[in-house]
Amino acid sequence: MAEENILLQMKHIHKKFPGVYALKDVNFELKAGEVHALLGENGAGKSTLIKCLAGIYIPEEGEVIVKGKSHIMKSVADSQAHGISVIHQELCLVPYLSIAENMFLGRERNVAGVIKRGEENEAAKKMLKRLGLEFDPNTLIKDLSIAQQQMVEIAKALSVDADILVMDEPTASLTDKETEVLFETMRQLKAEGIGIIYISHRMSELFAITDRVTIMRDGQYVGTVNTRETTNDQLIAMMVGRELTQLYFKDEVQPGKVVVEVKDLVSPPFVNGVSFAVREGEIVGMSGLVGAGRSETSHCIFGIDPNYTGQILIDGKPVHIRSVRQAMQNGIALVPENRKEEGLVLINSVGYNLTLTVLHEIYKGRPLGNTSKEEDLIQRYINELAIKTPSASQLAENLSGGNQQKIVIAKWLATKPKLLILDEPTRGVDVGARAEIYGFMNELAKQGVAILMISSDLPEVINMSDRVLVMHEGRVTANLGKNELSQETIMRYATGTGGNLNVA
Amino acid sequence: MSLDEAPKAQNGFVRYFKENMGTLIGLFAMCLILSFTTNGVFYSQRNLVNVLRQVSSNACLAFGMTFAIITGGIDLSVGSILALSGTLSAGFIANNNMPVAQAVILAIVIGTALGLFNGVVIAKTTIPPFIVTLAMMQIARGAAYIYSNGQPIRAMFPDYQIIGTGYLGPIPYPVIYMTVFLIICVILLSKTRFGRHVYAVGGNDKAATFSGVNVARTKTLVYTMSGFLAAFTGVVLCARMASGQPTAGQSFEMDAIAATVLGGTSMSGGVGKIGSTMIGVLIIGVLNNGLNLLGLNSFWQQIAKGIVILLAVYVDMLKKRRK
Ligand SMILES: Nc1ncnc2c1ncn2[C@@H]1O[C@H](COP(=O)(O)OP(=O)(O)OP(=O)(O)O)[C@@H](O)[C@H]1O
Ligand SMILES: [Mg+2]
Repeated sequence: MAEENILLQMKHIHKKFPGVYALKDVNFELKAGEVHALLGENGAGKSTLIKCLAGIYIPEEGEVIVKGKSHIMKSVADSQAHGISVIHQELCLVPYLSIAENMFLGRERNVAGVIKRGEENEAAKKMLKRLGLEFDPNTLIKDLSIAQQQMVEIAKALSVDADILVMDEPTASLTDKETEVLFETMRQLKAEGIGIIYISHRMSELFAITDRVTIMRDGQYVGTVNTRETTNDQLIAMMVGRELTQLYFKDEVQPGKVVVEVKDLVSPPFVNGVSFAVREGEIVGMSGLVGAGRSETSHCIFGIDPNYTGQILIDGKPVHIRSVRQAMQNGIALVPENRKEEGLVLINSVGYNLTLTVLHEIYKGRPLGNTSKEEDLIQRYINELAIKTPSASQLAENLSGGNQQKIVIAKWLATKPKLLILDEPTRGVDVGARAEIYGFMNELAKQGVAILMISSDLPEVINMSDRVLVMHEGRVTANLGKNELSQETIMRYATGTGGNLNVA
Repeated sequence: MSLDEAPKAQNGFVRYFKENMGTLIGLFAMCLILSFTTNGVFYSQRNLVNVLRQVSSNACLAFGMTFAIITGGIDLSVGSILALSGTLSAGFIANNNMPVAQAVILAIVIGTALGLFNGVVIAKTTIPPFIVTLAMMQIARGAAYIYSNGQPIRAMFPDYQIIGTGYLGPIPYPVIYMTVFLIICVILLSKTRFGRHVYAVGGNDKAATFSGVNVARTKTLVYTMSGFLAAFTGVVLCARMASGQPTAGQSFEMDAIAATVLGGTSMSGGVGKIGSTMIGVLIIGVLNNGLNLLGLNSFWQQIAKGIVILLAVYVDMLKKRRK
């Protein structure tokens, strides 16, 4: 009886890339009406397994059985024809096409090749509504925020009449509210007998929505457990292959002198009068809702947005920062929010990316560059941050998300900054790598680096910060000390319902 | 539903004017200036028809170019394919006594096949379109010279000439061809599945692939189409001159690119409209014609064209940044 419920079986799947054995004998099974999580550290092979199902990669060995029929997907269209719909980890939307056009891309409603635009718009609108979105389906994707794009991506996948739905980290850029809407929709789909494969690094989500969890490690199948019969610690232990005793590392550091002070910073429309200071050895969290102006504030300090008014003092001296170059000369570094677009040259090698910020040192007095110095530097950072890559010449785009993030952090550490701004440093990063990133932050603070950490992850903000600035509509609404920190307090000031507190 | 449908057509029209405001104003201003400086000669029916006929070949090439550039590519081979197909059509009739229809069709098929070759190579290898079509530009030009021994092939056959010289009422055939291709290309790009795939491939080819779009086929079709348009235009041009000219169409690819870019098509792909390209074509045409009427030689025309391209694209970028 149970056998009939099985929608999908993947057996003994093998997939190799040059230098990387991404999948070694992986097994997976999906039943109708279940949400089955794939769990594993960055680079464990989750996305690769999904791509083998989506017809993007063809496994070298193994068997895929869809609804009782053995069939290896040859192409995306082939996979879609078998009732498989995938939300990929990287956003896959065309920026200059509209929401509706993106939703129906590849399966346009048409008569003899001529598109029935009205019908598509109508259907798109209905789908968006189901997710509680009130967008005009004619809106261009490029005019949406990342979170909104993610919701469109979800709507797109749902609009396919699929019975196997795959979601590869759909919630990485979503707020709790949007995540809840998504879960509600997933529950409905479950009830309709659709099988969902769900990937997320947020453990709490797994317990909220999944029925079973399959754990992968280093491209290998570790095991499958029923969510109800397992614990957080057990999952983590299976995932990292050891007990992870502590996620957050934060030592007391006696803060030194003020490194950067910002006074009445204004850059409309997102920054409307921001004042704060960060001192040596201090980790200052910056919390707030999407659109509160946190990233925009950091862009002013880092010279990306030079058209601000107000004052920035570095080591007590007023400086108007007009360019990134100038910000770097003043000892500021920014690990941006979106590593793929702002952080990395994806089509270049790991090594190339690591030294991009310090080329002036490598080429100082040497027109052809100091290759041995460059290689030393690259090797040092690969070792220090434990970047998992077959070699320094591997392309950045072939690395997993967590390892890409480590490269971005490393390339800014190489500039030996006085102030390190981290914008969402652990988005889409697995627990193991997160613990490592928190470890570096702690180390840096102990060495006297001032750290400003913008983050929407409240536990992270609360556990890692000495002090938290909360922003709302372009202003700092609270400056909370370590003993005042709680999720409720932060949310109150973030939504603007708490008034102002301790604001300079 | 009706709320959605009815105003949309109008919307599209209004949007067209909004999107092309800059170039339309430029075009209008040029026409206005010319009406003062040429004592009305510019506005004579003869001259206007002349302008349209002159722009027709660039228009056809620019339509194909717009498709190629929207996919994130480029087609540098159009001028040479034009020359080869034109020369072949004249040669088939003059040297092989082929019936006109057969000669013309064969010449166009050969040109289209070269476009197809471009497309297949671009779709199946990772050689950039710039390189592939640069190579084809050399190959097709060389072939045209070899076939004609480097000499023009005279083809004074009324049935053949009429293709380029005929009139429908007051309108020359080439203008009719241009109009037909304009309509077809507008529909193809804005209304059909193929058109949408063209935008998707140029906007984000990974997203297109992951959505099940056949990226390779889309690219192949685009270059085939561009080859066809070039070949067709070549035949029309040579028929008009009653001679197969292996030197025809030198640097025509540049004018086609210029018109496309003037129309606001982004060289990085994903954005562009045929209707906007048409305005670009007209700007270049009116500029050439006007400077001619004013008695400035063609060397000055080139400089003027260069300046206009820079200005127009800069204004366009300013406009986009403001948004
Ligand atoms: N196209 C590729 N070429 C070479 N190596 C690749 C390619 N795609 C993935 N890899 C490698 O395969 C391994 C598995 O990557 P995959 O993206 O499947 O990990 P993941 O489990 O999805 O990680 P994350 O949680 O960061 O998304 C990684 O080591 C990655 O570097
Ligand atoms: Mg992944």
